[in-house]
Amino acid sequence: MASINLLIAVCLIYVTFLFLVAFAAERAAAQGRGNWLRSPLVYTLSLSIYCTAWTFYGAVGYAARSGMEFVTIYLGPSLVMIGWWWFLRKLVRVGRTQRVTSVADLISSRYGKSNVLAIVVTVMAVIGVTPYIALQLQSVTLSLSIFSDPTGTTDGGMNLVSAGFWVALGLALFTVLFGTRNLNANERHNGVVIAIAVEAVVKLVALLAVGIFVVWGVAGGLSEMMIRIDNSEIGQWQVDGSRWTALTVLSGAAFLCLPRMFQVLVVENDDERHLHIASWAFPIYLMMMSLFVVPIAVVGLDLLPENSNPDLFVLTVPLSQGQGGLAILSFLGGFSSATSMVIVATLALSTMVSNHVVMPIWLSFQGHGATVSGDVRNVVIFARRVSILVIIALGYLYYRVSGGSGALAAIGLISFIGVAQFLPAMIGGIFWRGGTRVGALTGLLVGFAIWIYTSLLPSFGPDVVLSSTLLEQGPFGIGWLRPQALFGIKGIDPTVHAVLWSLLLNTSGFILGSLISFPKPLERLQGAQFVNVFAHSGHAHGWSGSAAQSEDLMVMAQRILGGPEAQKLFRREAQIQGHDRYLPEPTPDFLQRVEREMSASVGAATAHAMISQLVGGASVSVQDLMAVADESAQMLEYSNQLEAKSSELLDTARQLRDVNAKLTQISVQKDAFLSQISHELRTPMTSIRSFSEILRDGNELKPTEQTKYASIIHVEAIRLTRLLDDLLDLSVLENGQVSLNSARGTLADVIGHAVTTTQAGAAKSIKIDTSGLDHAIELHTDLDRLAQVFINLISNAQKYCKSSEPELSISALKTENVTCVFFTDNGLPIPIETHALIFEKFSRINDQDGSGAGLGLAICREIMVRLGGGIDYVTFEGGNRFEVRIPN
Amino acid sequence: MQPPPSAPVFLERRSYRQRRMMDAIRLLPLVGLLLWLVPTLWAATDGDGVEPVRMSQAIVYVFGVWVCLILCAGTLWRYLKDSDDDVGTTESAMKTDPK
Repeated sequence: MASINLLIAVCLIYVTFLFLVAFAAERAAAQGRGNWLRSPLVYTLSLSIYCTAWTFYGAVGYAARSGMEFVTIYLGPSLVMIGWWWFLRKLVRVGRTQRVTSVADLISSRYGKSNVLAIVVTVMAVIGVTPYIALQLQSVTLSLSIFSDPTGTTDGGMNLVSAGFWVALGLALFTVLFGTRNLNANERHNGVVIAIAVEAVVKLVALLAVGIFVVWGVAGGLSEMMIRIDNSEIGQWQVDGSRWTALTVLSGAAFLCLPRMFQVLVVENDDERHLHIASWAFPIYLMMMSLFVVPIAVVGLDLLPENSNPDLFVLTVPLSQGQGGLAILSFLGGFSSATSMVIVATLALSTMVSNHVVMPIWLSFQGHGATVSGDVRNVVIFARRVSILVIIALGYLYYRVSGGSGALAAIGLISFIGVAQFLPAMIGGIFWRGGTRVGALTGLLVGFAIWIYTSLLPSFGPDVVLSSTLLEQGPFGIGWLRPQALFGIKGIDPTVHAVLWSLLLNTSGFILGSLISFPKPLERLQGAQFVNVFAHSGHAHGWSGSAAQSEDLMVMAQRILGGPEAQKLFRREAQIQGHDRYLPEPTPDFLQRVEREMSASVGAATAHAMISQLVGGASVSVQDLMAVADESAQMLEYSNQLEAKSSELLDTARQLRDVNAKLTQISVQKDAFLSQISHELRTPMTSIRSFSEILRDGNELKPTEQTKYASIIHVEAIRLTRLLDDLLDLSVLENGQVSLNSARGTLADVIGHAVTTTQAGAAKSIKIDTSGLDHAIELHTDLDRLAQVFINLISNAQKYCKSSEPELSISALKTENVTCVFFTDNGLPIPIETHALIFEKFSRINDQDGSGAGLGLAICREIMVRLGGGIDYVTFEGGNRFEVRIPN
Repeated sequence: MQPPPSAPVFLERRSYRQRRMMDAIRLLPLVGLLLWLVPTLWAATDGDGVEPVRMSQAIVYVFGVWVCLILCAGTLWRYLKDSDDDVGTTESAMKTDPK
């Protein structure tokens, strides 16, 4: 027989072991070796805190009392997990994008970061979970007492009340040490999660071990067990249909709403894919936990005396068979269930209390200064520790007041109904954009009031809180207000009654309140972000950052996030903003990021309040409001059209301006051209006129003189003709009226023709080197025009190449798209400042004798553009080079 | 509201299959709920001469449904995970919802 002292020693060793596991896990995470800590398996196992001591002990007792009904407590969560696509998927995504820290944070954040709502939810959660914590105290105390009196018929000489006190104290210390050990107030607890995963394995193994022992060790096999079950007092189906349905729905709702479940499901979730895996893995766990419940209950009913407590069959059956070791394992399983539940539940609740109740009050005491004095993190941690103690004390109080005598399952159900009141606000918040703060508040308060009246207060028993006359006849004798028969509908099971009326009126209140109220801009914005979380996961609301000072922000962030983290955040931001300074600019983006980081530590509403103290109020920009309202889609459309129109107008105006500028420019060019052309025409005309006058009037001229003057007139006339030809040519080319006659031919032929033409009758000779020419290059273009270009280039070289041995080398290079022909001479290079003018009309560079009109290269350029190629002057050392590009 | 003009009306075969698998995932909890509500139709003790359902049958039924649901959910998860790697994330597929 195991003594109490041995059990306490086992518990202490077990707790130490858990500490070591948590410590090792946190060390591994700190050193970056913690990937396995965040595996789907650990996530699934951490969900097992749903299975508390109630499950461990109470389910068997439940089965012994009401047969298969116990299983509904597992069916609801199984359905929720299997149906993850409907709700959990979205909930987890919302939780991750909004950095939600608790149920209260989720609801407050959804309905415009309302602190009132957060406080209401927190208070409700604390009251709702208190019976649950009492339940854990009761089960641990009972299980301890059973070892001193194996029949479980009496208190066994143990003072249950004082034992309860010590258990409560132990659990409180354990939780404080475990959950708020480090000063880092971030909501993810690697160590806790891994310890819970270990405890999940312990309780499953313990229950399976007892079950296997019962089926194969006591009953003697599966078929014998089944016969035994059918012959037992619970051997027939005796479940009330309404209870079956209501409890399935209730357990599913509680699975989503329990603060501790929210903590492990959403807050501790590291990867959404883990949820996919848990969707089938967690139902396996639940199924295994309930697999042996009925066999243990049946064997317990068979073997143990009439009046023994069925809630403790898991312990008493092995004990009665002399299996002390198995009983201790089973006790550890129950202890695990209780401790893990209490740790996570109180952690989740204490986070809510410190974030939504303590911090706002503390902040309001700090006044409205931009500087927050004192280390906020210490305040947060202290608030959490005190909250943990207070919550467990409340649980103990409930345990004392309710007498510690109720069946475990009944107490658990009361708790479930309480927290299920969050469901309408949660589901409505995620799926219905019309849900408002007023609606949520109405629904929550109505549902909660009905829960207290119909479920919590009657649970203390008649004449403790509610008098028995009130229970029998209703307040002031008003029959239809009887706590367990509202509206005069009698005969409903009390649990079903409470579930039905509280959830029904809660939902109605939520919907009605939402329909008649009008949300504030921030509510609408948050609503849009929650409901459309898959469409746009970004944050849309903006701070107008001008008022906030980076220094103040830094001071505040350091106090909440801790020095190194805050500095890291600020430095990273400064880098993103692209400057070397230590402090980044307080842009709206950055303020939002700071708020989000801080909300992970102190909750959305508090973080929002703190930032707005510094910034002086959030601004919801026009853009945000556009995004909020689906109904504004039309407006958006209209504004888009306006925007398009206005940009179109802008475009047209710009084009008009461009055209106008061009016209002005052309007009200027035209004037310049006219003055230039008249000048060009005037020079030869002047000499023709004067020489013809001399010929006309000078009768005494000698024949040689006559010939000389006549030839001058002739030369000038030719020059004039050429000028006019060129001008005509240029004008035809520029107007695009020229018709091109494409033909095939080799480059060598064209160049040969050009060389021959230029050298015939040339005054100066130039050595032309065509050895660098590939004779195989074929062209398909207007060969005559091309030849004109080449002739022009060669004759230019002939005329202007100032060199003792003038030489022009012609080479060609054919690439994929284009053939380049290079004309390189060894004359004086053209001065750099005149490069830009080479191809302009009437620009005469190096033309000292003034024989050219300055149109040749301009014509060349026009021709090449018409042919689809180009011509360029290339700077070249020791000479000039022209590059002619002909498309292939 | 009109769907965006860029969304295709019909999907290629693989995305179509993936979409139907998602439908199956959505349907599965409803099937489970219906099957688990069947016991409410069973006659309780002391019905009008109707033999009540025996406990062993009830256990086999409830746990049988459980195992089937888990197997279906696991299979669908496998399928979706594999096709996710090929087709892309389910989120991008969910944004527009052509059938």
